[in-house]
Amino acid sequence: MKRFTLTLLLFISCSQYLPADTARIAVSSNFTIAAQKLALLFEQTSTHTIQVSSGSTGKLYIQIRQGAPFDLLLAADMERPQRLFDEGYANTAAFIYATGKLVLWSRDLAEVSSGLDVLKSKAIRRLAIANPKTAPYGKAAQQVLDNSISSPYPWTLVKGDNIAQTYQFAASGNADAAFVARAQIALDQRGYAWDVPQSLYLPIHQGALLLKRGDNNPAAHAFYRFLQTDKAKSVIQHYGYISQ
Amino acid sequence: MLDAILLTLKLATLTTLILLILGIPLAWWLAQSRGLFKDMIATLVSMPLVLPPTVLGFYLLIALGPDSPLGQLLTSIFGAPLTFTFSGLVIGSVIFSLPFMVQPLRNTFESIGSRPLEVAATLRASPLDTFFSVVLPLSRQGLLTGSIMTFVHTLGEFGVVLMIGGNISGETKVLSIAMYDYVESLEWGKAHLIAGGMLCFSFIVILSVTLMERNSRKGSRL
Repeated sequence: MKRFTLTLLLFISCSQYLPADTARIAVSSNFTIAAQKLALLFEQTSTHTIQVSSGSTGKLYIQIRQGAPFDLLLAADMERPQRLFDEGYANTAAFIYATGKLVLWSRDLAEVSSGLDVLKSKAIRRLAIANPKTAPYGKAAQQVLDNSISSPYPWTLVKGDNIAQTYQFAASGNADAAFVARAQIALDQRGYAWDVPQSLYLPIHQGALLLKRGDNNPAAHAFYRFLQTDKAKSVIQHYGYISQ
Repeated sequence: MLDAILLTLKLATLTTLILLILGIPLAWWLAQSRGLFKDMIATLVSMPLVLPPTVLGFYLLIALGPDSPLGQLLTSIFGAPLTFTFSGLVIGSVIFSLPFMVQPLRNTFESIGSRPLEVAATLRASPLDTFFSVVLPLSRQGLLTGSIMTFVHTLGEFGVVLMIGGNISGETKVLSIAMYDYVESLEWGKAHLIAGGMLCFSFIVILSVTLMERNSRKGSRL
């Protein structure tokens, strides 16, 4: 009991007196795993701490506009970081930290590996995409569908709140297949995937934006610079992104 | 938006009807019996009041999905898993709103006491007859409160639908989800319309329930 009380006290005191060098970064769902890995690598060589919050890019955009305490945004498009910059939420324009790839993924259907034809067959009853209005990967998936399948679709289109929920729908078997980010399945050996040709959707350039709140935060600056190092870039590539 | 309004009303109406059918016998049984088993069932019924909707949503996602035995059974009956369907939402809403129907009903049934039942029995009414011609008419207030609370509570459902709905227009995109969608995509004009509408609607409904309860109490005193 005594030890429990001590731990609790320690916990409370830590949460109240966060060290000054903690950066809060808002990360688009597709990049969450990669961001956590990057944060881990960064913290090994630095005294700073990184806290990762994730959601769809559209949601994070609104949260930042409503005063969410984020220092850095790692979005899934360039549009929202650009808008935030135009609206005065940042002093420096965004740079492309990664270019994402869209894949069609299914847990059980091997036919997915041979391309979009499976979407014209009866094998699929539900196809999951992320909400095109708020999630850039959902928007890309919608472009692929518009370019290749005529509506009405022979299956039900299910929309995830963000790309992570979309993947969960398919991974739990509730949807037969889903359009997800390459990064989400990069380290998952299960299922069948097909890389969607880049000609079927506009490139998913993902922007990193140092927000005004992060301008005075050494941790945010350090992590922002770390993202542009070769070490970080090789990690980003490892997760299936293009990173120059 | 009209889609979402109609769908939400349909979901709330169906949930209320199903819960009336399930809730009346359940609440009657809870009001009449004693013992640990009853207490355990009563506890289970109240659980949705305190559980986060995400817990319920998570279990439903697994239970109704194609990997669970129940999900497989339902899939073979309905042809497809019930997740992302209107029927799935009805199941979720019924569980989610269960205490809102059962609690007021149970309170009214208990407040009737045993006296009217004994009188009915001496007049040779069968238990079933007693229930329909004595208990139910005396429980008008509880039936009304339970139905209205269930109805409005279903209108306010969000977390469960977000987890098992899949945001499909005309199927699972209820008002609360449409509202969330409008906020997230910066269409705040439409979001205001839904938010304001629901605010007024729930205010009127809860106020009417309060006024009706007061009137009926006055009535019973006379």
